[in-house]
Amino acid sequence: MNNRLPSDARETGAQMTDFAMQASTTREAPVADRAQALKQFALSDKTFYWLTRVSAVSVLLLLGGIIISLTVGAWPAIQHFGLSFLTTQRWAPQIEPAPILGGLGPIYGTLVSSIIAMLIAVPVGLGIAIFLTELCPAWLRRPFGIAIELLAGIPSIIYGMWGFFVLAPFLADHFQPLLIATFEGVPVLGAIFGGPPSYLSLFNASVVLAIMILPFITAISRDVFMTVPPVLKESAYGIGCTTWEVVRSVVIPYTRVGVIGGVMLALGRALGETMAVTFIIGNSFRIQDSIFAPGTTISAAIASEFAESGGLHQSALFFLGLLLFVLTFFVLACARIMLMRLERQKGT
Amino acid sequence: MNAIYSSRKRTNLIIRALCFGAAAFGLSFLGLILFTLFWNGLAGLGLSVFTQMTPPPGSNSGGLANALAGSLVITIIGVAIGAPLGMLAGTYLAEYGRHEKLTTVIRFINDILLSAPSIVIGLFVYVAIVLPMGGFSGFAGSLALAVIVIPVVVRTTEDMLLLVPNPLREAAAALGMPRSLVIKRVAYRAARAGLITGILLATARVAGETAPLLFTALNNQFWNLDMTGTVANLPVTINNFVQSPYEFWRQLAWTGALIITLSVLALNIVARVLGRERNTQ
Repeated sequence: MNNRLPSDARETGAQMTDFAMQASTTREAPVADRAQALKQFALSDKTFYWLTRVSAVSVLLLLGGIIISLTVGAWPAIQHFGLSFLTTQRWAPQIEPAPILGGLGPIYGTLVSSIIAMLIAVPVGLGIAIFLTELCPAWLRRPFGIAIELLAGIPSIIYGMWGFFVLAPFLADHFQPLLIATFEGVPVLGAIFGGPPSYLSLFNASVVLAIMILPFITAISRDVFMTVPPVLKESAYGIGCTTWEVVRSVVIPYTRVGVIGGVMLALGRALGETMAVTFIIGNSFRIQDSIFAPGTTISAAIASEFAESGGLHQSALFFLGLLLFVLTFFVLACARIMLMRLERQKGT
Repeated sequence: MNAIYSSRKRTNLIIRALCFGAAAFGLSFLGLILFTLFWNGLAGLGLSVFTQMTPPPGSNSGGLANALAGSLVITIIGVAIGAPLGMLAGTYLAEYGRHEKLTTVIRFINDILLSAPSIVIGLFVYVAIVLPMGGFSGFAGSLALAVIVIPVVVRTTEDMLLLVPNPLREAAAALGMPRSLVIKRVAYRAARAGLITGILLATARVAGETAPLLFTALNNQFWNLDMTGTVANLPVTINNFVQSPYEFWRQLAWTGALIITLSVLALNIVARVLGRERNTQ
């Protein structure tokens, strides 16, 4: 807003400043120095204003810097491969002198693993959120909520490690054979859930991803559900609605935009997640029918290959990074716009 | 009438059971993770973890001393760079530019950066710092973490300053305080607990970040706190040890993971307690 006062106000302000200053810091300063002290105030005022303004604008510069540096890094690959990068599956950096590199495998893996993770985490997360807001006894609500929020703060490498040592062997030995046996011979599902069970697979990575984003989805949808005015719910209960009917006809319609926003926020996280996935996805660039086969995601490919890459290979990894950033940017932007709409609705 | 009534009741019962099931399912998985972490991590926790260097391949003795020290320094420098910048930016959004269009844009972009993939930030720092400086360095790692800290602190600073009641500012301004002093002496002081909470949460967020360090700070097997060279750090050490064939290395990885998790949880809890004190005041 306007940080300058009109001149007469400034003058009364000056007298007041003088008064305030006499009481504290400049007690010993002679009155003649008043003009100088005021000038100093004006200077430090202006300095502080510009310091904060420049810092605020630097947030925008940060975004610009990220986009520019990724584009610079990716430029040789963009020039060399062009749009065919998006449709080529082969990833052969070792071929000399011109490696063949296509990003289809990691792009496919990123999308598929995120979709599977969302399919698992969204219903469970919403279920927990409903439990927390409607069913849970009041004394349990706080500790349960805090536990969920704390779990959302655990670094993703911990989830990745646990997936690698505990979950992947369990899934491969017990859960995958079950699904493979169930769907054997079924036309499409047989191929999706086919093949030998494997420790390193797209499916295992998706499950770890799902567990990792579960606290996020739960925390956000709980907060969103809390915005429903109690009067609305109470009136529904009052005319004899069951819990489910209240959730379906009052809570969900009221918070729909916010829930979708929260889910997309979690999707943004899942798309860009690195450490939870890298250990167990298998780092294979080939796209296979079965989700029990190894695959890779953009972030896993960058994490595992970047350190040993150079030239066009490195540039192709930058290209993948740029694609990932653009993808998550749009998903997150949509999420924020939806959450903002809910906030405005709350305000009116 | 009765049939409808009982079918409604049945549906409700099923959904309630599913919600209870979801809660039990989610919580048991998360409990399982913590249990495994403590079970495996505590087994290797001893004094040697804090006093000895990371072991060379095949060796059966060693600790995480250099990685712990390196992580501490990288994180502290990262927060020391990111937090003041974030606080100043947040101050602008909440105090000076409250009704500007620019503020809306910055807030929107900041919220997106808040959940931007951390590996992309690693790539950004690689191009912006590592290549011009001619090599991997602990300083580059700190900068990558600072980039992650900034949006978190901007957000919390703005939120906390917006909670400071306007009459406080008006009273200070009526005494003739210049605007910058009103902010520094009154608004900051009123929001102090919240501001510290934000910085602690940001620290917790970056303490376990691995992806951006993979190609900025890299790793180092020896004791080195010279920020211009590669510096050992806990997350990358864990990343390397998890996939190693040596049993001892894997054990160290679990122990390191336990240390990271405990410190992140501790930071979160302290931040939460501070934040609650504020609310009850």
